Amino acid sequence: MTRSTEPVIDVTDLRKRYGRVDALAGLTMAVQPGEIFGFLGPNGAGKTTTVKLLLGLARPSGGRGTLLGEPLGDREARRRVGYLPELFRFQPWLRAREVLALHADLIGLPGADRARRFEDSLGLVGLADRAGSAVGTFSKGMQQRLGLGVALLGEPALVILDEPTSALDPIGRIDVRAILRTARERGAAIFLNSHLLSEVEQVCDRVAIVDRGRVVAEGTLAAVLGAQETRVRCEAVDPAGLASLAAFGPLRVEGRELVFVDLLEPRVPDLVAALVDLGVRIQAVVSGRESLERRFLELVGHPPPEAPT
Amino acid sequence: MITIARLTIGEAARRRILWVLVILAAIAVGITGWGVDRLVTLARENGTAEFQIQFGVSQILIFIAFQFTFVLAMTAAFLGSPAIASDLESGIALALLARPLRRTSYLLGRWLGLAVVLVAYGGGSALLAILVVGRVSGYTPPSVLMPIVYLSAEGLVVLTLSLLLSTRLPPIGAGAIAVVAFGLSWMAGAIERVGLAITASNPGVNLEIVGQVGRALLPTDGLWRGVVYGLEPGIVIAAASGQPLAEANPFFAASPPTVGFLAWAVTWVLLVTLLAAFSLRRREL
Repeated sequence: MTRSTEPVIDVTDLRKRYGRVDALAGLTMAVQPGEIFGFLGPNGAGKTTTVKLLLGLARPSGGRGTLLGEPLGDREARRRVGYLPELFRFQPWLRAREVLALHADLIGLPGADRARRFEDSLGLVGLADRAGSAVGTFSKGMQQRLGLGVALLGEPALVILDEPTSALDPIGRIDVRAILRTARERGAAIFLNSHLLSEVEQVCDRVAIVDRGRVVAEGTLAAVLGAQETRVRCEAVDPAGLASLAAFGPLRVEGRELVFVDLLEPRVPDLVAALVDLGVRIQAVVSGRESLERRFLELVGHPPPEAPT
Repeated sequence: MITIARLTIGEAARRRILWVLVILAAIAVGITGWGVDRLVTLARENGTAEFQIQFGVSQILIFIAFQFTFVLAMTAAFLGSPAIASDLESGIALALLARPLRRTSYLLGRWLGLAVVLVAYGGGSALLAILVVGRVSGYTPPSVLMPIVYLSAEGLVVLTLSLLLSTRLPPIGAGAIAVVAFGLSWMAGAIERVGLAITASNPGVNLEIVGQVGRALLPTDGLWRGVVYGLEPGIVIAAASGQPLAEANPFFAASPPTVGFLAWAVTWVLLVTLLAAFSLRRREL
Protein backbone atom coordinates (compact mmCIF):
# COMPACT_ATOMS: atom_id res chain seq x y z
CA MET A 1 0.00 0.00 0.00
CA THR A 2 1.31 3.45 -0.92
CA ARG A 3 1.51 5.53 2.20
CA SER A 4 0.46 9.13 1.84
CA THR A 5 1.54 11.76 4.33
CA GLU A 6 -1.84 13.44 4.24
CA PRO A 7 -3.97 12.82 7.36
CA VAL A 8 -6.55 10.08 6.83
CA ILE A 9 -8.91 11.96 9.13
CA ASP A 10 -8.68 15.70 9.53
CA VAL A 11 -11.52 17.57 11.22
CA THR A 12 -11.68 21.13 12.45
CA ASP A 13 -14.30 22.58 14.77
CA LEU A 14 -16.72 19.77 13.93
CA ARG A 15 -20.12 20.32 15.49
CA LYS A 16 -23.28 18.29 15.80
CA ARG A 17 -26.42 19.40 17.53
CA TYR A 18 -29.44 17.17 18.21
CA GLY A 19 -32.26 19.49 19.15
CA ARG A 20 -30.92 21.47 22.10
CA VAL A 21 -28.12 19.04 22.86
CA ASP A 22 -24.61 19.60 21.55
CA ALA A 23 -23.30 16.10 20.79
CA LEU A 24 -20.13 17.61 19.33
CA ALA A 25 -19.06 21.10 20.31
CA GLY A 26 -16.10 21.94 18.08
CA LEU A 27 -14.08 18.76 17.69
CA THR A 28 -10.65 19.16 16.13
CA MET A 29 -8.23 16.29 15.50
CA ALA A 30 -6.11 14.61 12.85
CA VAL A 31 -5.27 10.94 12.33
CA GLN A 32 -2.14 10.10 10.37
CA PRO A 33 -1.69 7.22 7.89
CA GLY A 34 -0.43 3.98 9.36
CA GLU A 35 -1.16 4.74 12.99
CA ILE A 36 -3.53 3.22 15.49
CA PHE A 37 -5.42 6.14 16.93
CA GLY A 38 -7.39 5.68 20.11
CA PHE A 39 -10.49 7.81 20.54
CA LEU A 40 -11.39 7.73 24.20
CA GLY A 41 -14.21 9.23 26.11
CA PRO A 42 -16.93 8.54 28.64
CA ASN A 43 -20.41 7.50 27.54
CA GLY A 44 -22.15 10.34 25.74
CA ALA A 45 -18.91 12.19 24.97
CA GLY A 46 -19.64 12.18 21.23
CA LYS A 47 -17.48 9.26 20.07
CA THR A 48 -20.08 7.42 18.00
CA THR A 49 -21.47 10.71 16.69
CA THR A 50 -17.99 11.56 15.43
CA VAL A 51 -17.74 8.23 13.60
CA LYS A 52 -21.15 8.76 11.99
CA LEU A 53 -20.16 12.23 10.80
CA LEU A 54 -16.91 10.89 9.35
CA LEU A 55 -18.80 8.28 7.35
CA GLY A 56 -21.63 10.53 6.22
CA LEU A 57 -24.20 8.59 8.25
CA ALA A 58 -25.15 11.86 9.93
CA ARG A 59 -24.66 15.47 8.83
CA PRO A 60 -22.51 17.91 10.79
CA SER A 61 -24.15 21.07 12.11
CA GLY A 62 -20.90 22.96 11.60
CA GLY A 63 -17.18 22.72 11.06
CA ARG A 64 -15.30 20.97 8.29
CA GLY A 65 -13.26 17.89 7.72
CA THR A 66 -11.82 15.36 5.32
CA LEU A 67 -11.71 11.58 5.21
CA LEU A 68 -8.82 10.18 3.14
CA GLY A 69 -8.44 13.63 1.63
CA GLU A 70 -12.07 13.87 0.51
CA PRO A 71 -14.99 15.71 2.13
CA LEU A 72 -16.68 13.85 4.99
CA GLY A 73 -19.04 11.16 3.74
CA ASP A 74 -17.55 11.14 0.23
CA ARG A 75 -18.65 7.97 -1.57
CA GLU A 76 -15.30 7.11 -3.15
CA ALA A 77 -13.47 7.71 0.12
CA ARG A 78 -15.86 5.26 1.80
CA ARG A 79 -14.75 2.61 -0.70
CA ARG A 80 -11.36 2.64 1.08
CA VAL A 81 -12.77 2.59 4.60
CA GLY A 82 -13.66 -0.46 6.67
CA TYR A 83 -16.16 0.11 9.47
CA LEU A 84 -17.33 -1.96 12.39
CA PRO A 85 -20.31 -0.20 14.00
CA GLU A 86 -20.86 -0.28 17.73
CA LEU A 87 -24.27 -1.76 16.95
CA PHE A 88 -22.91 -4.57 14.78
CA ARG A 89 -25.74 -6.45 13.10
CA PHE A 90 -25.71 -8.41 9.90
CA GLN A 91 -28.50 -10.12 8.00
CA PRO A 92 -29.18 -13.16 10.22
CA TRP A 93 -30.27 -15.31 7.28
CA LEU A 94 -26.96 -14.82 5.40
CA ARG A 95 -24.05 -17.19 5.84
CA ALA A 96 -20.78 -15.69 7.08
CA ARG A 97 -19.20 -16.12 3.65
CA GLU A 98 -22.20 -14.42 2.03
CA VAL A 99 -21.92 -11.39 4.33
CA LEU A 100 -18.37 -10.92 3.06
CA ALA A 101 -19.54 -11.41 -0.54
CA LEU A 102 -22.22 -8.74 -0.06
CA HIS A 103 -19.71 -6.22 1.24
CA ALA A 104 -17.22 -7.21 -1.47
CA ASP A 105 -19.92 -6.37 -4.04
CA LEU A 106 -20.60 -3.04 -2.36
CA ILE A 107 -16.95 -1.97 -2.43
CA GLY A 108 -16.43 -3.40 -5.92
CA LEU A 109 -13.82 -5.96 -4.90
CA PRO A 110 -12.52 -7.71 -8.04
CA GLY A 111 -13.83 -11.23 -8.48
CA ALA A 112 -10.56 -13.01 -9.28
CA ASP A 113 -9.53 -14.21 -5.82
CA ARG A 114 -12.57 -13.27 -3.80
CA ALA A 115 -13.14 -16.77 -2.44
CA ARG A 116 -9.59 -16.88 -1.12
CA ARG A 117 -9.96 -13.41 0.41
CA PHE A 118 -13.15 -14.45 2.16
CA GLU A 119 -11.47 -17.51 3.61
CA ASP A 120 -8.48 -15.36 4.68
CA SER A 121 -10.73 -12.80 6.35
CA LEU A 122 -12.70 -15.43 8.21
CA GLY A 123 -9.49 -17.22 9.20
CA LEU A 124 -8.04 -13.96 10.50
CA VAL A 125 -10.95 -13.46 12.89
CA GLY A 126 -11.16 -17.11 13.90
CA LEU A 127 -14.27 -18.05 11.95
CA ALA A 128 -12.71 -20.23 9.23
CA ASP A 129 -14.75 -23.24 10.28
CA ARG A 130 -18.04 -21.27 10.35
CA ALA A 131 -17.90 -19.82 6.83
CA GLY A 132 -21.05 -21.71 5.81
CA SER A 133 -23.03 -21.02 8.98
CA ALA A 134 -25.91 -18.55 9.10
CA VAL A 135 -25.15 -15.37 11.04
CA GLY A 136 -28.32 -15.94 13.05
CA THR A 137 -26.67 -18.95 14.69
CA PHE A 138 -23.65 -16.89 15.83
CA SER A 139 -23.06 -15.68 19.38
CA LYS A 140 -22.60 -11.93 19.89
CA GLY A 141 -18.86 -12.38 20.10
CA MET A 142 -18.79 -14.34 16.84
CA GLN A 143 -20.86 -11.66 15.14
CA GLN A 144 -18.40 -9.04 16.34
CA ARG A 145 -15.53 -11.11 14.99
CA LEU A 146 -17.37 -11.36 11.68
CA GLY A 147 -17.86 -7.59 11.74
CA LEU A 148 -14.14 -7.13 12.19
CA GLY A 149 -13.50 -9.44 9.21
CA VAL A 150 -15.97 -7.39 7.15
CA ALA A 151 -14.27 -4.14 8.20
CA LEU A 152 -10.86 -5.44 7.14
CA LEU A 153 -12.10 -6.83 3.81
CA GLY A 154 -10.35 -5.41 0.77
CA GLU A 155 -7.38 -4.05 2.75
CA PRO A 156 -8.88 -0.61 3.43
CA ALA A 157 -6.62 2.40 3.96
CA LEU A 158 -8.60 3.34 7.07
CA VAL A 159 -10.39 1.04 9.48
CA ILE A 160 -12.89 2.62 11.85
CA LEU A 161 -13.77 0.40 14.78
CA ASP A 162 -16.46 1.48 17.21
CA GLU A 163 -16.00 -0.44 20.48
CA PRO A 164 -14.66 -3.51 18.62
CA THR A 165 -14.23 -5.76 21.65
CA SER A 166 -17.42 -4.99 23.56
CA ALA A 167 -18.75 -8.53 23.06
CA LEU A 168 -15.45 -10.41 23.17
CA ASP A 169 -13.91 -12.52 25.90
CA PRO A 170 -10.30 -11.90 27.01
CA ILE A 171 -8.94 -14.28 24.36
CA GLY A 172 -10.92 -12.46 21.71
CA ARG A 173 -9.53 -9.12 22.90
CA ILE A 174 -5.99 -10.38 22.63
CA ASP A 175 -6.77 -11.66 19.12
CA VAL A 176 -8.15 -8.26 18.13
CA ARG A 177 -5.03 -6.46 19.33
CA ALA A 178 -2.90 -8.80 17.20
CA ILE A 179 -5.17 -8.25 14.18
CA LEU A 180 -4.95 -4.47 14.58
CA ARG A 181 -1.17 -4.56 14.77
CA THR A 182 -1.07 -6.70 11.61
CA ALA A 183 -3.32 -4.25 9.80
CA ARG A 184 -1.06 -1.38 10.86
CA GLU A 185 2.00 -3.24 9.55
CA ARG A 186 0.30 -3.49 6.16
CA GLY A 187 -0.08 0.31 6.23
CA ALA A 188 -3.67 0.82 7.33
CA ALA A 189 -4.61 3.56 9.75
CA ILE A 190 -6.95 2.43 12.50
CA PHE A 191 -9.37 4.66 14.32
CA LEU A 192 -10.24 2.85 17.52
CA ASN A 193 -13.25 4.22 19.29
CA SER A 194 -13.31 2.81 22.78
CA HIS A 195 -13.89 3.42 26.43
CA LEU A 196 -11.69 0.46 27.41
CA LEU A 197 -8.55 2.21 28.59
CA SER A 198 -6.46 -0.94 28.85
CA GLU A 199 -7.23 -1.78 25.25
CA VAL A 200 -6.21 1.65 24.05
CA GLU A 201 -3.12 1.71 26.25
CA GLN A 202 -1.83 -1.54 24.81
CA VAL A 203 -2.32 -0.96 21.13
CA CYS A 204 -2.57 2.72 20.24
CA ASP A 205 0.22 4.95 18.93
CA ARG A 206 -1.69 8.11 19.70
CA VAL A 207 -4.87 8.92 21.54
CA ALA A 208 -7.40 11.67 21.78
CA ILE A 209 -9.57 12.03 24.83
CA VAL A 210 -12.94 13.51 24.11
CA ASP A 211 -15.37 14.87 26.64
CA ARG A 212 -18.64 16.71 26.08
CA GLY A 213 -18.00 16.87 22.35
CA ARG A 214 -14.48 18.33 22.52
CA VAL A 215 -11.01 16.87 22.41
CA VAL A 216 -9.49 17.60 25.81
CA ALA A 217 -6.13 15.95 25.14
CA GLU A 218 -4.43 14.54 22.07
CA GLY A 219 -1.02 13.09 21.36
CA THR A 220 1.16 10.11 22.04
CA LEU A 221 0.38 8.14 25.16
CA ALA A 222 3.49 9.60 26.82
CA ALA A 223 2.39 13.12 25.99
CA VAL A 224 -1.14 12.60 27.20
CA LEU A 225 -0.08 10.81 30.36
CA GLY A 226 2.49 13.45 31.19
CA ALA A 227 5.87 13.07 32.83
CA GLN A 228 7.42 10.01 34.44
CA GLU A 229 7.05 10.16 38.19
CA THR A 230 8.83 8.42 41.04
CA ARG A 231 6.85 8.38 44.25
CA VAL A 232 8.60 7.62 47.54
CA ARG A 233 6.41 6.94 50.57
CA CYS A 234 8.50 7.65 53.62
CA GLU A 235 8.81 9.51 56.91
CA ALA A 236 8.85 13.29 56.79
CA VAL A 237 12.11 14.77 55.50
CA ASP A 238 13.38 18.06 56.94
CA PRO A 239 13.99 21.06 54.64
CA ALA A 240 17.75 20.59 54.65
CA GLY A 241 17.31 16.99 53.64
CA LEU A 242 14.90 18.00 50.84
CA ALA A 243 17.46 20.56 49.59
CA SER A 244 20.09 17.85 49.41
CA LEU A 245 17.82 15.83 47.10
CA ALA A 246 17.74 18.60 44.48
CA ALA A 247 20.24 16.64 42.40
CA PHE A 248 17.47 14.15 41.57
CA GLY A 249 15.44 16.72 39.67
CA PRO A 250 12.20 18.59 40.36
CA LEU A 251 10.62 17.44 43.59
CA ARG A 252 7.32 18.08 45.33
CA VAL A 253 5.84 16.79 48.53
CA GLU A 254 2.33 15.27 48.46
CA GLY A 255 1.33 14.29 52.00
CA ARG A 256 3.52 11.38 52.99
CA GLU A 257 5.00 11.06 49.52
CA LEU A 258 7.95 12.66 47.79
CA VAL A 259 7.27 12.96 44.07
CA PHE A 260 10.28 13.20 41.73
CA VAL A 261 9.47 14.24 38.17
CA ASP A 262 11.30 12.78 35.17
CA LEU A 263 13.79 10.85 37.27
CA LEU A 264 15.39 8.23 35.06
CA GLU A 265 14.83 4.71 36.32
CA PRO A 266 18.59 3.84 36.58
CA ARG A 267 18.91 6.63 39.14
CA VAL A 268 16.18 5.32 41.44
CA PRO A 269 18.63 3.12 43.48
CA ASP A 270 20.85 6.20 43.95
CA LEU A 271 17.85 8.13 45.28
CA VAL A 272 16.99 5.32 47.69
CA ALA A 273 20.65 5.25 48.89
CA ALA A 274 20.61 9.03 49.41
CA LEU A 275 17.42 8.84 51.47
CA VAL A 276 18.86 6.01 53.59
CA ASP A 277 21.99 8.13 54.13
CA LEU A 278 19.69 10.90 55.40
CA GLY A 279 18.26 8.42 57.87
CA VAL A 280 14.85 8.41 56.24
CA ARG A 281 12.83 5.20 56.68
CA ILE A 282 11.31 4.23 53.29
CA GLN A 283 8.03 2.34 53.03
CA ALA A 284 7.56 2.15 49.24
CA VAL A 285 9.04 3.38 45.99
CA VAL A 286 6.89 3.41 42.86
CA SER A 287 8.25 4.57 39.56
CA GLY A 288 6.19 5.04 36.38
CA ARG A 289 3.85 7.23 34.50
CA GLU A 290 0.47 8.26 35.70
CA SER A 291 -2.00 5.58 34.65
CA LEU A 292 -4.20 6.32 31.66
CA GLU A 293 -7.21 5.70 33.84
CA ARG A 294 -6.11 8.33 36.37
CA ARG A 295 -5.26 10.81 33.64
CA PHE A 296 -8.54 10.10 31.87
CA LEU A 297 -10.53 10.77 35.03
CA GLU A 298 -8.65 14.02 35.58
CA LEU A 299 -9.29 15.16 32.02
CA VAL A 300 -12.99 14.41 32.01
CA GLY A 301 -13.46 16.14 35.35
CA HIS A 302 -13.86 13.15 37.65
CA PRO A 303 -11.45 13.22 40.60
CA PRO A 304 -9.35 10.04 40.67
CA PRO A 305 -10.05 7.85 43.69
CA GLU A 306 -7.52 8.01 46.53
CA ALA A 307 -4.90 5.30 46.32
CA PRO A 308 -5.33 2.69 49.06
CA THR A 309 -2.89 3.10 51.91
CA MET B 1 -28.99 -1.14 -6.64
CA ILE B 2 -28.86 -4.59 -8.23
CA THR B 3 -26.83 -5.93 -5.29
CA ILE B 4 -29.52 -4.76 -2.86
CA ALA B 5 -32.32 -6.07 -5.11
CA ARG B 6 -30.63 -9.49 -5.21
CA LEU B 7 -30.16 -9.35 -1.46
CA THR B 8 -33.87 -8.55 -1.02
CA ILE B 9 -35.05 -11.40 -3.24
CA GLY B 10 -32.58 -13.73 -1.54
CA GLU B 11 -33.95 -12.67 1.83
CA ALA B 12 -37.53 -13.40 0.74
CA ALA B 13 -36.47 -16.85 -0.49
CA ARG B 14 -34.18 -17.68 2.45
CA ARG B 15 -36.66 -16.55 5.07
CA ARG B 16 -39.31 -18.73 3.42
CA ILE B 17 -41.53 -15.73 2.63
CA LEU B 18 -41.62 -16.70 -1.05
CA TRP B 19 -42.46 -20.29 -0.29
CA VAL B 20 -45.22 -19.34 2.13
CA LEU B 21 -46.70 -17.07 -0.55
CA VAL B 22 -46.48 -19.81 -3.17
CA ILE B 23 -48.17 -22.34 -0.87
CA LEU B 24 -50.91 -19.84 0.07
CA ALA B 25 -51.49 -19.03 -3.61
CA ALA B 26 -51.69 -22.71 -4.50
CA ILE B 27 -54.21 -23.34 -1.71
CA ALA B 28 -56.32 -20.30 -2.70
CA VAL B 29 -56.31 -21.24 -6.39
CA GLY B 30 -57.09 -24.86 -5.56
CA ILE B 31 -60.10 -23.92 -3.43
CA THR B 32 -61.28 -21.42 -6.08
CA GLY B 33 -61.04 -24.01 -8.84
CA TRP B 34 -62.87 -26.59 -6.78
CA GLY B 35 -65.63 -24.14 -5.79
CA VAL B 36 -66.18 -22.82 -9.32
CA ASP B 37 -66.19 -26.37 -10.68
CA ARG B 38 -68.90 -27.37 -8.18
CA LEU B 39 -71.04 -24.30 -8.95
CA VAL B 40 -70.77 -24.68 -12.71
CA THR B 41 -71.50 -28.40 -12.53
CA LEU B 42 -74.60 -27.78 -10.40
CA ALA B 43 -75.77 -24.96 -12.67
CA ARG B 44 -75.37 -27.11 -15.76
CA GLU B 45 -77.21 -29.99 -14.10
CA ASN B 46 -80.08 -27.57 -13.35
CA GLY B 47 -80.20 -26.50 -17.00
CA THR B 48 -78.95 -22.94 -16.48
CA ALA B 49 -78.21 -21.19 -19.77
CA GLU B 50 -74.53 -21.10 -20.69
CA PHE B 51 -74.40 -17.30 -21.02
CA GLN B 52 -75.79 -17.03 -17.48
CA ILE B 53 -73.13 -19.43 -16.25
CA GLN B 54 -70.44 -17.39 -17.98
CA PHE B 55 -71.79 -14.19 -16.44
CA GLY B 56 -71.92 -15.80 -13.00
CA VAL B 57 -68.35 -17.07 -13.27
CA SER B 58 -67.14 -13.61 -14.35
CA GLN B 59 -68.79 -12.12 -11.25
CA ILE B 60 -67.20 -14.79 -9.04
CA LEU B 61 -63.82 -14.00 -10.59
CA ILE B 62 -64.31 -10.29 -9.88
CA PHE B 63 -65.30 -11.02 -6.30
CA ILE B 64 -62.24 -13.27 -5.83
CA ALA B 65 -60.06 -10.56 -7.38
CA PHE B 66 -61.57 -8.06 -4.93
CA GLN B 67 -60.61 -10.28 -2.00
CA PHE B 68 -57.20 -10.85 -3.48
CA THR B 69 -56.46 -7.13 -3.92
CA PHE B 70 -56.71 -6.79 -0.14
CA VAL B 71 -54.45 -9.79 0.36
CA LEU B 72 -51.99 -8.35 -2.14
CA ALA B 73 -52.17 -4.88 -0.59
CA MET B 74 -51.46 -6.33 2.84
CA THR B 75 -48.63 -8.42 1.44
CA ALA B 76 -47.16 -5.29 -0.17
CA ALA B 77 -47.56 -3.31 3.05
CA PHE B 78 -46.00 -5.96 5.25
CA LEU B 79 -43.14 -6.60 2.82
CA GLY B 80 -42.46 -2.90 2.27
CA SER B 81 -42.94 -1.43 5.72
CA PRO B 82 -40.10 -3.29 7.49
CA ALA B 83 -37.79 -3.26 4.46
CA ILE B 84 -36.00 -0.07 5.47
CA ALA B 85 -37.29 0.60 8.99
CA SER B 86 -36.02 -2.74 10.30
CA ASP B 87 -32.58 -2.22 8.80
CA LEU B 88 -32.42 1.22 10.39
CA GLU B 89 -33.68 0.04 13.77
CA SER B 90 -31.46 -3.04 13.97
CA GLY B 91 -28.29 -1.31 12.81
CA ILE B 92 -27.91 -3.45 9.68
CA ALA B 93 -28.18 -0.25 7.62
CA LEU B 94 -25.12 1.26 9.36
CA ALA B 95 -22.77 -1.33 7.90
CA LEU B 96 -24.40 -1.14 4.45
CA LEU B 97 -24.67 2.63 4.11
CA ALA B 98 -21.12 3.23 5.32
CA ARG B 99 -20.08 1.47 2.10
CA PRO B 100 -19.96 3.43 -1.17
CA LEU B 101 -23.68 2.82 -1.61
CA ARG B 102 -25.99 5.72 -2.35
CA ARG B 103 -29.04 5.78 -0.14
CA THR B 104 -31.16 6.21 -3.26
CA SER B 105 -29.62 3.04 -4.73
CA TYR B 106 -30.34 1.22 -1.49
CA LEU B 107 -33.97 2.36 -1.60
CA LEU B 108 -34.41 1.51 -5.30
CA GLY B 109 -32.76 -1.86 -4.74
CA ARG B 110 -35.21 -2.60 -1.96
CA TRP B 111 -38.12 -1.48 -4.17
CA LEU B 112 -36.97 -3.53 -7.14
CA GLY B 113 -36.40 -6.70 -5.13
CA LEU B 114 -39.74 -6.49 -3.38
CA ALA B 115 -41.50 -5.56 -6.63
CA VAL B 116 -40.17 -8.75 -8.23
CA VAL B 117 -41.43 -10.82 -5.28
CA LEU B 118 -44.79 -9.05 -5.23
CA VAL B 119 -45.44 -9.23 -8.97
CA ALA B 120 -44.35 -12.87 -9.07
CA TYR B 121 -46.79 -13.64 -6.26
CA GLY B 122 -49.67 -11.37 -7.32
CA GLY B 123 -49.35 -11.84 -11.05
CA GLY B 124 -48.61 -15.55 -10.75
CA SER B 125 -51.56 -16.19 -8.44
CA ALA B 126 -53.94 -14.19 -10.64
CA LEU B 127 -52.79 -15.93 -13.82
CA LEU B 128 -53.12 -19.33 -12.19
CA ALA B 129 -56.60 -18.52 -10.87
CA ILE B 130 -57.79 -17.29 -14.28
CA LEU B 131 -56.40 -20.38 -16.03
CA VAL B 132 -57.87 -22.79 -13.48
CA VAL B 133 -61.29 -21.09 -13.55
CA GLY B 134 -61.17 -21.08 -17.36
CA ARG B 135 -60.35 -24.76 -17.35
CA VAL B 136 -63.20 -25.80 -15.04
CA SER B 137 -65.86 -23.35 -16.27
CA GLY B 138 -64.99 -22.51 -19.85
CA TYR B 139 -64.96 -18.77 -19.05
CA THR B 140 -61.78 -16.85 -19.76
CA PRO B 141 -61.82 -13.03 -19.55
CA PRO B 142 -61.45 -11.12 -22.83
CA SER B 143 -57.95 -10.10 -21.79
CA VAL B 144 -55.99 -12.28 -19.42
CA LEU B 145 -53.11 -9.82 -19.26
CA MET B 146 -55.06 -6.65 -18.40
CA PRO B 147 -56.43 -7.69 -14.97
CA ILE B 148 -53.07 -9.19 -14.02
CA VAL B 149 -51.22 -5.99 -14.91
CA TYR B 150 -53.68 -3.76 -13.05
CA LEU B 151 -53.68 -6.07 -10.04
CA SER B 152 -49.89 -6.08 -9.91
CA ALA B 153 -49.85 -2.30 -10.35
CA GLU B 154 -52.13 -1.96 -7.31
CA GLY B 155 -49.65 -3.98 -5.30
CA LEU B 156 -46.75 -1.83 -6.52
CA VAL B 157 -48.54 1.38 -5.52
CA VAL B 158 -49.04 0.07 -1.96
CA LEU B 159 -45.45 -1.17 -1.89
CA THR B 160 -44.18 2.27 -2.90
CA LEU B 161 -46.25 3.97 -0.20
CA SER B 162 -45.03 1.44 2.39
CA LEU B 163 -41.40 2.07 1.50
CA LEU B 164 -41.90 5.84 1.83
CA LEU B 165 -43.42 5.36 5.28
CA SER B 166 -40.68 2.87 6.16
CA THR B 167 -38.03 5.57 5.82
CA ARG B 168 -39.49 7.39 8.82
CA LEU B 169 -41.87 5.14 10.76
CA PRO B 170 -41.45 1.85 12.62
CA PRO B 171 -42.51 -1.22 10.60
CA ILE B 172 -45.88 -1.83 12.25
CA GLY B 173 -46.93 1.81 11.98
CA ALA B 174 -45.88 2.06 8.34
CA GLY B 175 -47.69 -1.18 7.43
CA ALA B 176 -50.89 -0.24 9.23
CA ILE B 177 -51.04 3.20 7.61
CA ALA B 178 -50.47 1.74 4.14
CA VAL B 179 -53.28 -0.81 4.57
CA VAL B 180 -55.69 1.78 5.95
CA ALA B 181 -54.84 4.16 3.09
CA PHE B 182 -55.57 1.37 0.61
CA GLY B 183 -58.95 0.70 2.25
CA LEU B 184 -59.86 4.39 2.30
CA SER B 185 -58.99 4.73 -1.37
CA TRP B 186 -61.33 1.86 -2.21
CA MET B 187 -64.08 3.41 -0.06
CA ALA B 188 -63.63 6.77 -1.77
CA GLY B 189 -64.09 5.00 -5.11
CA ALA B 190 -67.20 3.21 -3.84
CA ILE B 191 -68.69 6.52 -2.59
CA GLU B 192 -68.00 8.01 -6.00
CA ARG B 193 -69.84 5.14 -7.71
CA VAL B 194 -72.87 5.57 -5.45
CA GLY B 195 -72.64 9.30 -6.07
CA LEU B 196 -72.91 8.75 -9.80
CA ALA B 197 -76.22 6.96 -9.34
CA ILE B 198 -77.52 9.66 -7.02
CA THR B 199 -76.42 12.42 -9.39
CA ALA B 200 -78.42 10.78 -12.18
CA SER B 201 -81.66 11.51 -10.27
CA ASN B 202 -80.43 14.48 -8.18
CA PRO B 203 -78.17 16.63 -10.37
CA GLY B 204 -77.35 18.93 -7.45
CA VAL B 205 -75.52 16.19 -5.54
CA ASN B 206 -71.92 15.65 -6.63
CA LEU B 207 -69.93 12.98 -4.83
CA GLU B 208 -67.58 12.42 -7.75
CA ILE B 209 -65.04 14.68 -6.13
CA VAL B 210 -64.52 12.12 -3.33
CA GLY B 211 -63.37 9.48 -5.80
CA GLN B 212 -61.25 11.97 -7.74
CA VAL B 213 -59.43 13.10 -4.62
CA GLY B 214 -59.03 9.49 -3.48
CA ARG B 215 -57.52 8.46 -6.82
CA ALA B 216 -55.19 11.44 -6.81
CA LEU B 217 -53.91 10.66 -3.32
CA LEU B 218 -53.60 6.89 -3.87
CA PRO B 219 -54.35 5.54 -7.33
CA THR B 220 -55.22 2.00 -6.22
CA ASP B 221 -59.00 2.32 -6.70
CA GLY B 222 -58.57 3.57 -10.27
CA LEU B 223 -56.38 0.55 -10.95
CA TRP B 224 -59.01 -1.69 -9.37
CA ARG B 225 -61.46 -0.43 -12.02
CA GLY B 226 -58.99 -1.75 -14.59
CA VAL B 227 -59.00 -5.17 -12.93
CA VAL B 228 -62.81 -5.25 -12.98
CA TYR B 229 -63.00 -4.10 -16.58
CA GLY B 230 -60.52 -6.74 -17.65
CA LEU B 231 -62.45 -9.57 -15.99
CA GLU B 232 -65.88 -8.66 -17.37
CA PRO B 233 -67.39 -10.31 -20.46
CA GLY B 234 -67.85 -7.81 -23.30
CA ILE B 235 -71.58 -8.50 -23.40
CA VAL B 236 -72.01 -7.32 -19.78
CA ILE B 237 -70.12 -4.11 -20.47
CA ALA B 238 -72.26 -3.41 -23.52
CA ALA B 239 -75.51 -4.13 -21.67
CA ALA B 240 -74.77 -2.22 -18.47
CA SER B 241 -72.90 0.83 -19.77
CA GLY B 242 -74.77 4.07 -19.19
CA GLN B 243 -77.20 2.50 -16.71
CA PRO B 244 -76.94 4.54 -13.49
CA LEU B 245 -77.53 1.60 -11.15
CA ALA B 246 -74.95 -0.54 -12.92
CA GLU B 247 -72.44 2.32 -12.90
CA ALA B 248 -72.97 2.61 -9.14
CA ASN B 249 -71.79 -0.95 -8.61
CA PRO B 250 -68.17 -0.94 -7.38
CA PHE B 251 -67.80 -4.37 -9.00
CA PHE B 252 -68.60 -3.03 -12.46
CA ALA B 253 -66.55 -0.85 -14.79
CA ALA B 254 -67.92 0.45 -18.06
CA SER B 255 -64.51 1.52 -19.31
CA PRO B 256 -60.84 0.91 -18.58
CA PRO B 257 -58.80 3.57 -16.74
CA THR B 258 -58.07 6.56 -18.94
CA VAL B 259 -54.61 7.26 -20.32
CA GLY B 260 -54.55 10.41 -18.21
CA PHE B 261 -55.17 8.41 -15.05
CA LEU B 262 -52.55 5.82 -15.98
CA ALA B 263 -50.05 8.62 -16.58
CA TRP B 264 -50.91 9.99 -13.14
CA ALA B 265 -50.48 6.53 -11.56
CA VAL B 266 -46.99 6.21 -13.06
CA THR B 267 -46.18 9.80 -12.03
CA TRP B 268 -47.49 9.07 -8.53
CA VAL B 269 -45.16 6.08 -8.16
CA LEU B 270 -42.21 8.17 -9.40
CA LEU B 271 -43.04 11.11 -7.13
CA VAL B 272 -43.52 8.96 -4.04
CA THR B 273 -40.28 7.09 -4.79
CA LEU B 274 -38.47 10.43 -5.12
CA LEU B 275 -40.00 11.56 -1.85
CA ALA B 276 -38.88 8.31 -0.19
CA ALA B 277 -35.34 8.81 -1.55
CA PHE B 278 -35.32 12.40 -0.27
CA SER B 279 -36.64 11.28 3.12
CA LEU B 280 -34.00 8.55 3.45
CA ARG B 281 -31.19 10.87 2.33
CA ARG B 282 -32.19 13.39 4.99
CA ARG B 283 -32.49 10.75 7.68
CA GLU B 284 -29.82 10.84 10.38
CA LEU B 285 -28.58 7.35 11.20
